[in-house]
Amino acid sequence: MNKHVELKNHQREIYYFRLRLVVSIGFVLVLLAILLARFAYLQMVRHDHYQTLAESNRISVVPIVPNRGLILDRNGVVLAHNYSGYTLEITPNRTADLEATINELSTLVEITPKDRKRFRKLLAERRNFETLMIRSRLSDEEVARFAAQQYRFPGVEIKARLFRDYPYGEKTAHLIGYVGRINQTDVAQLEENDLAANYRGSDYIGKTGLEQSYESELHGATGVEQVEVDSGGRAVRRLSRAPPVSGNMLVLSIDAKLQEIAFQSFGNYRGALVAIDPNNGEVLAFVSKPGYDPSLFIDGIDTQSWDELNNSPDTPLNNRALRGQYPPGSTIKPFMALAGLHYGERAPDLAISDPGYFTLPGSSHQYRDWKKEGHGSVDLFKSIVVSCDTYYYGLATDLGIDRIASYLPRFGFGKKTGIDLDGETSGLLPSQEWKTRRYGQKWYAGDTVSVGIGQGYNLVTPMQLAHATATLANNGIGYKPHLVREVRSAHVDENHAIGNEPLPDLGIEPAHLDLVRRAMVAVTRPGGTAVQAAAGAPYHIAGKTGTAQVIAMKQGEKYDEDQVQERHRDHAWFIAYAPAEQPRIALAVLAENGGHGGSTAAPIARKVLDYYLLGKVPQPLPDVAEKEEEEHD
Amino acid sequence: MTRRQLWLRFIAHLDRPLLLGIVLLLLTSLLVLYSADNASWGQPLNQMLNIAAALTCMWLIANLPLHYLMRTAVPIYLLGMALLIGVALFGEISHGARRWLNLGVATIQPSELMKIGVPLMMAWYFEKHEATLTMKNYIVATLLLLVPVGLIARQPDLGTALLISASGFYVLFLAGLSWRVIGGLFVAALVSAPLLWSTLHDYQRLRILMLLDPSQDALGKGYHTIQATIAVGSGGLLGKGYLKGTQTHLDFLPERTTDFIFAVYSEEFGLLGNLILLSLYSFVIARGFVITANASTYFTRLMAGSITLTFATYAFVNMGMVSGILPVVGVPLPLMSYGGTSMLTLLLGFGMLMSIETHKKLIKT
Repeated sequence: MNKHVELKNHQREIYYFRLRLVVSIGFVLVLLAILLARFAYLQMVRHDHYQTLAESNRISVVPIVPNRGLILDRNGVVLAHNYSGYTLEITPNRTADLEATINELSTLVEITPKDRKRFRKLLAERRNFETLMIRSRLSDEEVARFAAQQYRFPGVEIKARLFRDYPYGEKTAHLIGYVGRINQTDVAQLEENDLAANYRGSDYIGKTGLEQSYESELHGATGVEQVEVDSGGRAVRRLSRAPPVSGNMLVLSIDAKLQEIAFQSFGNYRGALVAIDPNNGEVLAFVSKPGYDPSLFIDGIDTQSWDELNNSPDTPLNNRALRGQYPPGSTIKPFMALAGLHYGERAPDLAISDPGYFTLPGSSHQYRDWKKEGHGSVDLFKSIVVSCDTYYYGLATDLGIDRIASYLPRFGFGKKTGIDLDGETSGLLPSQEWKTRRYGQKWYAGDTVSVGIGQGYNLVTPMQLAHATATLANNGIGYKPHLVREVRSAHVDENHAIGNEPLPDLGIEPAHLDLVRRAMVAVTRPGGTAVQAAAGAPYHIAGKTGTAQVIAMKQGEKYDEDQVQERHRDHAWFIAYAPAEQPRIALAVLAENGGHGGSTAAPIARKVLDYYLLGKVPQPLPDVAEKEEEEHD
Repeated sequence: MTRRQLWLRFIAHLDRPLLLGIVLLLLTSLLVLYSADNASWGQPLNQMLNIAAALTCMWLIANLPLHYLMRTAVPIYLLGMALLIGVALFGEISHGARRWLNLGVATIQPSELMKIGVPLMMAWYFEKHEATLTMKNYIVATLLLLVPVGLIARQPDLGTALLISASGFYVLFLAGLSWRVIGGLFVAALVSAPLLWSTLHDYQRLRILMLLDPSQDALGKGYHTIQATIAVGSGGLLGKGYLKGTQTHLDFLPERTTDFIFAVYSEEFGLLGNLILLSLYSFVIARGFVITANASTYFTRLMAGSITLTFATYAFVNMGMVSGILPVVGVPLPLMSYGGTSMLTLLLGFGMLMSIETHKKLIKT
């Protein structure tokens, strides 16, 4: 009985399975029928059409490269634009003997070994039916000479292409950056992001600066033209065209004139300056000196120029404003003072007695003040005005490194500001944990002492210091700094302003802020460290000088500026905002090996403030003035 | 033992009709590969090595008795899952997708293993619960399918994920999943399509949109479809002749030795050639169905049916893709495209078919 049921089930099961199998076979037959129908359609019904296409294939899909977006300053001054120039191009598929053709061409237009080298490189990376550039920027005369002989060169043609130009050259090099030829690394990157199709036909891509960080806005969308070409590679008929969409225009918050004045105010000094509008985080000037000529890089830099730039002791390729990391020196003191007030380690009116040095309990090691005989009785206000070191040695020791490391990041120290440029460095805000990780050593009390005056392990970038100053100027409400104000679309009304991004309010006690800000104004008044630079200004400047040691002094040794090699001289810092009551601009200036902040960095800041607040142009421009003086001597 | 006896023993577990179909397809493949590789022996020679290795594996599997085959199901599935999780965690990213796992000695693509692993596991599971099949079993089997498919789809490798889903679905279907559920799934798929669309990666959407209008992306992926369609269409009734395809030899066809090899074949041999190729495929598929119908156990029926249907699906998807009716999903043409991995996977499957066919008498007795 039992066995009977099982058998019956088994047979039923087989029956159902076979039924399913029949359905499967039907399914496969349907698939087959679909394919057959499709093949019949393509190969019988539409055969003539495709036959023609294949014969004249010869249908060339030609990318139309979009115009790259312009870059303007806040007043509409052009900082990067395109100009059209003639190039000589070869379609390898249409040319029988490349080498002979190029040799023949070189009798008409100059073709340097560098041009040949670049052509061979392009040839190795070429794609179907692409034309490859053999010479760029032909003169009108060369164009005319070739045009007369063109019939002799099938597959060689003159094309008009757009080239990138930077009118402000080295003055904006570290800000705008440059475009360069797309190389293998770029290609891999583009493929990775599935953008390769949009870059067909494109020769250039942003390599550094804003050209790099806003590449996706600036490039635009590549158009396509399907053209029929004859056996000579010439287009005979256009089949379809999808126009390209130009890249978007960047409108910066930078003021080109201010940028220029700031750059020139450095005279012969190397250094950096970043100026920010504290009310919204807009960057007004962004200078790193020395700059370099960005046009050198566009079509591939030659070895000699590269070696000169790369091996120069002035490191012109280093973006000091964004990536240069320096000890902040005394410019850290206002922030350290706020930390002391915040944690209640220093009452505003508590005065210490400064004998000219500081010692840790139980140690005879003397941490010296910059003023040998000391400043006498010093309270918090005076400590900023005269930049008393002894006060901050003690304050840092009482705060301890962990509280310093947890307070200072509020102003952006030790982390990236998030400015819209790639490659920013984050400086260094040391902590016990960091030292253990980095050096495997424990943190010593002495390490904290030097951090108090912005020496030791402490490092900041000019960008960071400008951001911190702007945050202080705006009463503790910072904004994420940004260079681009607006992205303007060339075609449709899709302009979008880049929003000002307020950071969380630091909630600093108004009384604390008031004290520190008053002290910073006093820095530029008689008795302060920056009095000369501020003399005669019809507005109030709040500032702080700083000096960052390049080489360490031995115990008891005296730093003598004249005896130290120029490259080992201290770096000069100045941070400032003005007008002190209603700040419209905040900045940080660094002059490498400039010595004292008050005498070298502050005058640079003054010129920038005078122009921005009063419209006063230094007459004549400083570096021109120096040259003239030399000539008169 | 005489030499003849040795020979007989050697071929005892090879199914001759199936072997004939496979060998004919492989010979065609080498012929086309020679043309696609611009009349050079480079890739055809490499492919011969791939074929030799894969045939050896097929022979080994064909000689494996069925109960051994069944025993491999769980370990293979678990290994595949472990590797897939490994890929998700430590996989190497190439072209924006995380598919490969570097094991130090070799880089492997675990999703390939799952093409066999998943249906094998599902068939094993159904065999285990054959006597008392309830809805619960179908749900568990579906989960066995969906977990690896989900991992593969996340890589993202939508093409492979869909193909494995198909193999798994065939097992469910053959195992007797009720028509009502199938209908429900179909409706659910239609409804969830917009939802799925929103989870797709940009490049996946592009490929589907491009199918509707290849000229939209004439510089990128659309170029493949446009040029392949021209190749097929211009082939006409009799083709342009061997080694005379202009699309192929003037460099217009992309990936012509791998995913787009059918365009080369179709251009040079035309509609007539396509009919011959479809007949060869149909012959292999038909033999697969015969083996399925004769299979003696639940497990072997499900396995054989799934392998056969999957093979048919691969062939259809590739030829559909090349002739412009399916999106470019990166599926090679089975037994024809250049490449060792897919050859191995396919011939392992055929080895199982042969084992199922040649070992069944032993089980019946």
